Amino acid sequence: MTADLMLPRAFRITKVRRELADTFTLVLAPDDDGPVPPFQPGQFNMLYVPGVGEVPISISGDPAQPETLIHTTRAVGAVTKAMWSLKAGQSIGVRGPFGSSWPVEAALGDDVVIVAGGIGLAPLRPLIHAVMARRAEFGKVLILYGARTPDDILFDKQVRDWRGRFDLSVHVTVDRATGTWSGNVGVVTKLIKRGGFDPHHTTAYVCGPEVMMRYAADALVAKGVASTNIWLSMERNMKCAIGFCGHCQWGGRFVCKDGPVFNHAAVADLLPLTDF
Amino acid sequence: MVNVEGLDTLLHSHPFFQGMDEGMLEFIAGCAANERFEAGDMVFREGGPADKFYVVRHGIIAVEVGVPGRGKATLQTLHEDDVLGWSWLVPPYRWTFDARAATLTRVISLDAVCLRAKMAENHEMAYHLLMRFTAVMAERLHAARMQMLDLYAPGGGPEGDRGP
Repeated sequence: MTADLMLPRAFRITKVRRELADTFTLVLAPDDDGPVPPFQPGQFNMLYVPGVGEVPISISGDPAQPETLIHTTRAVGAVTKAMWSLKAGQSIGVRGPFGSSWPVEAALGDDVVIVAGGIGLAPLRPLIHAVMARRAEFGKVLILYGARTPDDILFDKQVRDWRGRFDLSVHVTVDRATGTWSGNVGVVTKLIKRGGFDPHHTTAYVCGPEVMMRYAADALVAKGVASTNIWLSMERNMKCAIGFCGHCQWGGRFVCKDGPVFNHAAVADLLPLTDF
Repeated sequence: MVNVEGLDTLLHSHPFFQGMDEGMLEFIAGCAANERFEAGDMVFREGGPADKFYVVRHGIIAVEVGVPGRGKATLQTLHEDDVLGWSWLVPPYRWTFDARAATLTRVISLDAVCLRAKMAENHEMAYHLLMRFTAVMAERLHAARMQMLDLYAPGGGPEGDRGP
């Protein structure tokens, strides 16, 4: 990390992967060939497209291989649309990593339930890598993933690989079945209800659109998982990433500095509010 | 011949009937039968008489609707521990969707005519059964609303990696 937290460091794009119709992954390496700072699962970087702007994007790679800096995002606004058109060899600015992380240690000895919705699988992928690297230290590990359609399943090859493992249960559901899809159809909360884990000894990590996270957390609590054992990753309009500008203030917290990963018990009252 | 005692036990272990009085379950089990569907078998068809409902013991059932020009659209899949069908409760007792076994599926079917007669006879049992169905309907309505929200579609949230 550069000494000045507000100063981006130039990284060149070494690879661009088109994941979905509007979602892509950038693999980055520092222009100066210096070391890439380590990161914790769930942390994010500010990615800067010169002349366009800067956005927070979670790191989606393996924390055990920080030298390969990977970000996955969707082209929805001016900055990410500009990123979408970038090619290998071009450079962008990077600040970070910032923010709180998924507390892997909190789940030691517990069953681990990872609930992802849509592109929310990207910020959870480093956690999955971290858990699988220490697989023997956890009970059952479940990934419950909800996508819009079968064509919107992110990291589909990796999801298939995970499904092939004997030490990991992966359940995927789609909101709308298309084509030859023969899997689950319905909301991701239904997968929680079906269980397959010991709710009294479970730590859950949830990431996706905010409404999905709210109902997923409710479903976990209804199943018997303690609110204090549920972790969510929030997304707000982060600008400075260091709790200075106030753009991402959420109640009495700054999502960039105090989050993006929060304990459900600490934020449950704020989740239904739409004016923060 | 229907093994009422066995079905009673099976019903008792199904989450839908959890906590229901043993006597009531025994009463209901008199309307029950075991059924098995091979993958691809139709459980019922839209417009057909809703003369049963099903508790799923094993397998997957797809609830579908035919869409002109698009073939069958799957609205939801039901699994072990789910119940299928409430059109038997609402006149004119006709199925409003298709249901098809997506895998080998084992269910307990409950005869609607038999059950409606017993509900008319035993209002307490009817109340407990309807309360359970109301919970299922509320859950399905909530899920349908969530699906309608199209939460994972690109939308107006902050630009980043979470969506919408």
